[in-house]
Amino acid sequence: MNSELRLRTPEGIVFSYQLAGPISRCMAWGIDLVMISAIHTGVNFLCTAVGAVSLDFALALSLISYFVISIGYGVATEWAFRGQTVGKRFLRLRVMDAQGLRLQFHQILMRNLLRFADLLPACYMVGGIACLVTRRAQRLGDLAANTVVIHIPKHLEPDLENLLAGKFNSLRQYPHLEARLRQRASAEEARLALQALVRRADLEPAARVRLFSELAEHFKEIVTFPPEAVEAMPDEQYIHNVADILFRTRGGSTPPRGTETAQKSKEALAR
Amino acid sequence: MIIDLPRFIASERPTWTELDEILTRMEAAPYRRLTLEEANRFHFLYQKVSADLGRIATFASEPALRSYLESLTARAYGEIHETRQRRTRFRPWQWFYIEFPSAFRRQSGAFALSVIITIVGVIFGGFAVALDDEAKEAILPGMFSKHLGDPAKRVADEEKAKHDRLAGSHSTFASQLMTNNIGVSIKAVAFGMTFGIGTILLLFYNGVILGLVGIDYILAGQTVFLLGWLLPHGVIEIPAVLIAGQGGLVLGKALIGRGDRAPLADRLRAVGGDVMTLIGGVAVMLVWAGIVESFFSQYHQPVVPYWLKIAFGCAEFAVLVWFLGSKREAVQEEAP
Repeated sequence: MNSELRLRTPEGIVFSYQLAGPISRCMAWGIDLVMISAIHTGVNFLCTAVGAVSLDFALALSLISYFVISIGYGVATEWAFRGQTVGKRFLRLRVMDAQGLRLQFHQILMRNLLRFADLLPACYMVGGIACLVTRRAQRLGDLAANTVVIHIPKHLEPDLENLLAGKFNSLRQYPHLEARLRQRASAEEARLALQALVRRADLEPAARVRLFSELAEHFKEIVTFPPEAVEAMPDEQYIHNVADILFRTRGGSTPPRGTETAQKSKEALAR
Repeated sequence: MIIDLPRFIASERPTWTELDEILTRMEAAPYRRLTLEEANRFHFLYQKVSADLGRIATFASEPALRSYLESLTARAYGEIHETRQRRTRFRPWQWFYIEFPSAFRRQSGAFALSVIITIVGVIFGGFAVALDDEAKEAILPGMFSKHLGDPAKRVADEEKAKHDRLAGSHSTFASQLMTNNIGVSIKAVAFGMTFGIGTILLLFYNGVILGLVGIDYILAGQTVFLLGWLLPHGVIEIPAVLIAGQGGLVLGKALIGRGDRAPLADRLRAVGGDVMTLIGGVAVMLVWAGIVESFFSQYHQPVVPYWLKIAFGCAEFAVLVWFLGSKREAVQEEAP
C-alpha cells in the first residue's frame, strides 16, 4: 500500500494526495454509525407518533427507514458534501475519483452498496485486508467504483516570528546563496527543518543532537555556504538559520501571501 | 527559478480568483453547461493556474499557497478531463422506464448465465427433495420453516382459515419482505467482487430453495396452490433476484477481464453505471413484489380464486417481458 496518490496532469503538473489508512477510515465509520443511530432514533420518535394512528404502519415505517438510513446515509452525505460523510469530515477524509476526475453519483452508490462484500466475514475483515494490500488503500467498494479515500492535511503554521526571530543570521550575508537555498530546497525539506525546530524541546538530548546533525549535513549538501559564515555554528543554529531563510523574507517577516489567499486556500481544502 | 513572490501573488491573484469563482459556480450548479466562450476562458485559466503551480512548486516557503494552487488545479483538472457523459438532471421515470431496461438488455449475457445458474440450483433442489426426505430440514433456512411440514396439510390449513392471519400486520410484513429481498439483491451484486463466486453461490442457493419448495408442492399434488401463491409476487421477485445476480456477474466479469485488454479500473468504470442502474431497478421491482406478496399472495381460495391469482401473475409477467424487452427512445435533454 502506498501512502500517497500522485496524479500527473497532461500539462505536466504533478500533485499528490495523502491516502487514508484503514484505522482513520474505521474511526470515521464509527462516527457515522453513531450518526445513523441518532437519525434512526429521531425517525423512530416520529414513528411512535404515527403509531397512535396505525401501529402496523408505524412498524413498517420504522423498519424501512432503518434500512434506507443505514444504506442511504453514506450515499446521501457523500453526494451532498462532495465525498464526505460526517465522520469523514470530522477526520478530514474525503472520497475522490482515483484519476482525480469528477466524482459521479454511481461511483458513490457503488462504493456504498459494495460495503456488503467488504463487511465479510465480519467486522470489515475483507475491506480492511483489501485496504492493506491494494496499492491505493482501496477496499473492494473503492476498487469497483474506482475511488480512493484521501486525507486532507491540516497546515498548522507555527508562529514563525517567535520561533525564528531574535538572532543574527550570518547566512543572510550571502544573498545569492540564500536565493539558491530557497530555490533548491523542496517544500518537504523546508517543512522538515521547521518541524524539527518546533518539536526540539520534546526530543531526548542525544536524539536532538543527532537529528540536527543529520539535517545540517543534508542542507549543507544542498547549498554550501563559505566556511567563515558557518564557523563554530552549532548544527541546531544552522538549521534555525536555514528555516529563517526558507520561511521569512529579508525584512524579518513571513512572505506576504495575503490573508485573502490563505483564507481561500483553507476554504478550497475544506471543500 | 527565483521569483519575486509578492509581485507574483499580486499579479496572478485575479486569475486564481476568477478560476475559483467559475469552479464554485460549476460545483453549485452541476447541470449547467458552459457556453463556448465560458469554456474557452475556463480552459485558459486552468492552463494559467497550472503554469503558476509549476512556477511555485519548487518554492519551499509557500506550502499554503502551493496547497491552494494544487487544490485549484485538481478541481479544474477533474472538470476539464472528465470524458464521461456529463451529468444530466436525474429523471426518475426516464431512468426506470428507459435506462433500466436498456442496461438490462446491454448485459443480457450475464442475465442468461444468472438464469442458468438458478435453474441448476432448482434442479438440484428438486432432486434433493424428491430423493431425500430429510433434504428440506437440512437445506431450508429458518425463515422457510412453514414449508417444512406436509404441503397438503399447509394448503388445507390455509384454505380453512377463517381469519386473516396477517390482519393488522400487512404493512410490517411487506416492509420485512422488501428490506430482506433488497438486502439479498445488494449482496448478490456486491459478491460480484469475489470474482463472481459469491454471486454464483447465492444464485445457486436461491435456486435450490426454489426447487426444493416448488417440487415438494408439485409432488404433493398442490401445483395449483403453488402457482396461485407464488406467481403474483414471484414473477417479479424471482426475475429481480436474477437481475441482481446479473449485476454481480457483470462486476465479476469486469474483475476477471478475460478477453479484455483494458486496465482493471477502466473495465470496472465501463460497467459501473449499468450495474448501479440494475440494482436500482431491482429495488423498485422488489418494493412492488413485497406489496403484492403481503397484500395479495397470502389470500387463498375461497377468499381469492386461484385462477385470478394465476391470471394476475401471468399478466404481470407479460408486462415485465414487454418492459424489459422492448426498446425505447430516450428523451434528449435540450442544451441551454
